[in-house]
This record gives sequence, structure tokens and C-alpha cells, in this order.
Amino acid sequence: MKPEQDYKWRDFERGYVITEPGSSREYHTGDWRSQRPIFDKERCIKCGVCWIFCPDCAIRFDAEGYAEMDLDYCKGCGICSRECLPGAITMVDEEG
Amino acid sequence: MGKRVGMEVSIAASEAVRLANVDVIAAYPITPQTHIVEHLSEFVNNGELDAEFVPVESEHSAMSVCSGSQAVGARSFTCTSSQGLILMSEIVYCTAAMRLPVIMVLANRSLSNPISIWNDHTDVMSIRDCGWIQYFAENGQDVFDHVLISYRVGEDRDVMLPVIVNMDGFSVSHVIEPVELVDQETVDKFLPPYKPDIVLDPAHPVTMGAIVLPSCYTEAKKAQDEAVKASMPTILKGWQEFGDLTGRYYHPIEEYRTEGAEVLLVTMGGIGETAMWAVDQMREKGRPVGLLKMRLWRPFPFEEFRKAASKARMLVVVDRAISYGGPGGPVASELRSALYNEPKRPLVANFIAGLASRDVAPFDFIEMVDRAEGACKKGMEPEYEIYGVRE
Ligand code: SF4
Ligand code: SF4
Repeated sequence: MKPEQDYKWRDFERGYVITEPGSSREYHTGDWRSQRPIFDKERCIKCGVCWIFCPDCAIRFDAEGYAEMDLDYCKGCGICSRECLPGAITMVDEEG
Repeated sequence: MGKRVGMEVSIAASEAVRLANVDVIAAYPITPQTHIVEHLSEFVNNGELDAEFVPVESEHSAMSVCSGSQAVGARSFTCTSSQGLILMSEIVYCTAAMRLPVIMVLANRSLSNPISIWNDHTDVMSIRDCGWIQYFAENGQDVFDHVLISYRVGEDRDVMLPVIVNMDGFSVSHVIEPVELVDQETVDKFLPPYKPDIVLDPAHPVTMGAIVLPSCYTEAKKAQDEAVKASMPTILKGWQEFGDLTGRYYHPIEEYRTEGAEVLLVTMGGIGETAMWAVDQMREKGRPVGLLKMRLWRPFPFEEFRKAASKARMLVVVDRAISYGGPGGPVASELRSALYNEPKRPLVANFIAGLASRDVAPFDFIEMVDRAEGACKKGMEPEYEIYGVRE
């Protein structure tokens, strides 16, 4: 899909239907972040709670089963950090 | 030629829905729309209509079901009134923006509060800007015909918009009238099966109803405005083709005895028939009074209206709703703005009448014309007035 600012009014599909599945991946909600999650592998028990709670589906698991935050989409809400029982996720301010 | 039978207008509306061979009906009963839903559920129960009847728990769900079923390619129908309409209004707006040609009959009824089950246009005026095509029917034949016409026009690939057929609650919906039905063969000729090019289908996933960002919202709304305006030629074509099949031709604005008329009454909905009587009586006395009946409300028929109104000295517009603290009735204020840039424009007098089914008799129309003329003679610009209110 082309960048949104290039859309002219005639360019939409009828009813704003999106015919390319998964186009929301092109929108990086990570740009909104003012805090970032810092992950501590030592504390993670691979319970998956953060994955359930993340409202942006920004958490996946690496090959070993540890949580991993995708900073392209993590908007820094801090929910994972709050819900992680062993305290494996700490929020820190973004620089600048 | 179809069969001419006496039937309640709500039942005639249901007959048209059956003839349109809809796939899904979702509606919640509310006075004065109830007879339509009841009759349709009987059709489905008795096997006279092969459709899914979804007895939803609210009007919000009714419109949600219809949007969803229309999105998978099923021809859908709902009907409501008053509070039911404003409860579903959230989805009413979505349905139009998503270009899903659901058809809805509104048995127009006042909005609360005070609670009133009777008829006026306050319900539909609350969703004036919802983006649906909006017809106003005057009698049972109009209602029956416009259900069929709505499917034909709304589902046209050049249109793909939902359509509302407004009819006055009780004074139209509940009366028994002669209605000329259209046989199934003729309906099938007029109304091809619904085959949208984009549908919800797991084999070909698409997203409907997604977000657009502020960078695109303006363009999205421009596209919607253009779509409603662009429906006009298909609306006219729909009426023409329906007329060619049935002999009944309709127009965006129906003119009655407008030749040489200096004053034009303007009505919308069922009271137009009473206004015709009033015009006849005034014409008998040699008064140059005619009548314009607004059949199409959205898209607004600017061209036809300006043409019809241009020769008159004054319009006497009868509204069935009020914009509180605003410019009076919604119809009159739109007619005024449609005329504002015309080099020669008639004066516009506005009476708000017939709220909650209060009778508007022929002599009331004559009285309105007299009063508007009187104000003019005194050199006063006529404003709006709530007609017949007890002081
Ligand atoms: S909630 Fe904490 S412990 Fe559980 S998987 Fe996520 S980071 Fe690891
Ligand atoms: S901070 Fe919020 S958005 Fe980022 S990974 Fe955690 S839950 Fe998801």
C-alpha cells in the first residue's frame, strides 16, 4: 500500500475496504513511545502473561521461549511490566 | 398489470420485502413499525419467504446484523421507528460509510421526551446526515413501490448505498388502502440478484470498517459525499425503469397544479395528499396556489427543486420537526439555503405542524397560506411558526 498521505479521495476502495491483509503492519505504533520496556532474561519464567496482555501484539517469543518486545510496534504503555509477576520487564524513559 | 388489492400499508411493505426475496431480516418490534416485523416473521415461519429472520435484542443489533449480512453478500432488511432509530444510529452511520446497501423502512414517529408513539418527522431528522439515500412515501402504493426501487437503486454498482423509505406512522402505516401489487416475474425482471464485487469471505480476506488516520479522513469523507451525490442518475433511472414496467412514474419533487402558481405549498410525506385537497379548494376560488411534494430528501434534488420553485413568489413550507433554537423546520431551512444564491428567489414561510399526529386538515393549509400572504402584505419577512399552538 502507498503512504497514507498520498491518498487522493478517488483512491479508496468503495467503503474504505482494505483488500491487502495485514496492512496495519505498515503503521509503526512504536513511534508513539515515550517509555520502553527493558527485558531481564534472568527473571523471565516464560509464563506468557505479557503476551496475553500486550494491547499491540508487540510481544513474541524467541527460539528459547523467552518474551521479546518488538519496538516497531510497542507503544510503551507499560502493561506488560505491570503484569509480569517476576518483574522481568522494567520501563525506562526514551531518550530525547 | 399487477393485482389491485385493499391492504394495510405495513402489510404492503412486507409484501414488497417478500417479493424482493431478501435473505436476512433483523428487526426489533416498535410501534408503529410492528406490523411489518410481525408479518415478515410469519412469512418466514410459513415458508413463504426463504430468509433468515434474526429476532435481535435491540435495534442497535438489528442494524449490526443487517450490515454484517449485507457485507457477506446477503440482501438484508430492517425497519424501525423513533427511539429504535436513535438507538441504532451509531451503526446507521457506519452502514452508509461502508457502502452496504441495507434497506430500511421507517414508520416515522416522534422522539421522546415527552413520550409519544404518534407520527412526525423528528426521528428521521435526527439522522439527516447519516449518508443514506432517503425517500419519503406518501401512501401505500409509494411504500410498496419504493421498497422494490430501493433495492434496485441501492445495490447498483454505481451506487452501493443503503436506502431509507420513510412513511408516516399510523396515518400511512396503519391505514388500509388499495395497492397495486407487482407480480414476481416483473419484480425479478426489475431487481436482479444481489452480487456485490467485494464481500467478507475467509477465502479472500478483506478488512471492512478499519481506521483511517487524520491524514486520510478528509479524503474519505469527500469520497462519501461524492458517492451520495453520484447516486442521482441511478435514482432517476430506477424510477424510469420502474415506471416503464408498472406505469407508475416517480420524481424527486412531485408537482401538483403548479401551472401559473404564485404561491407553492411544500410538504414531505403523507400530508401531501391532504394538501392537494387544500390546493383544489384554493384553485376553485381562483387563487394561484400549487403544491410541491418532496419525495427525495437525500441526495437533495437541488436542480429539480430550484426549477420547480423558481417561478413562485412565495413558498409555504410545512415541516414536521423542529430544530430547537435553530432556523425552524429542517426542510424549510434546507430549501432556503438551496435558494439563497439564486438571482430571483421566492420568500420562504415555514410552519411546523402535525407534531405527534396532530391533524393537519385542508383548512389548516389554507390558513397557513393566508397567514404567510398576510405577513408579506405587511412587508414582513415570514419566519417560522409552530402552527396551531395554544397560547
Ligand atoms: S510475563 Fe514476565 S515472566 Fe512471563 S513471559 Fe512475560 S516477561 Fe516472562
Ligand atoms: S509496553 Fe505495552 S505495548 Fe510495549 S510490549 Fe509492553 S504491553 Fe506491549
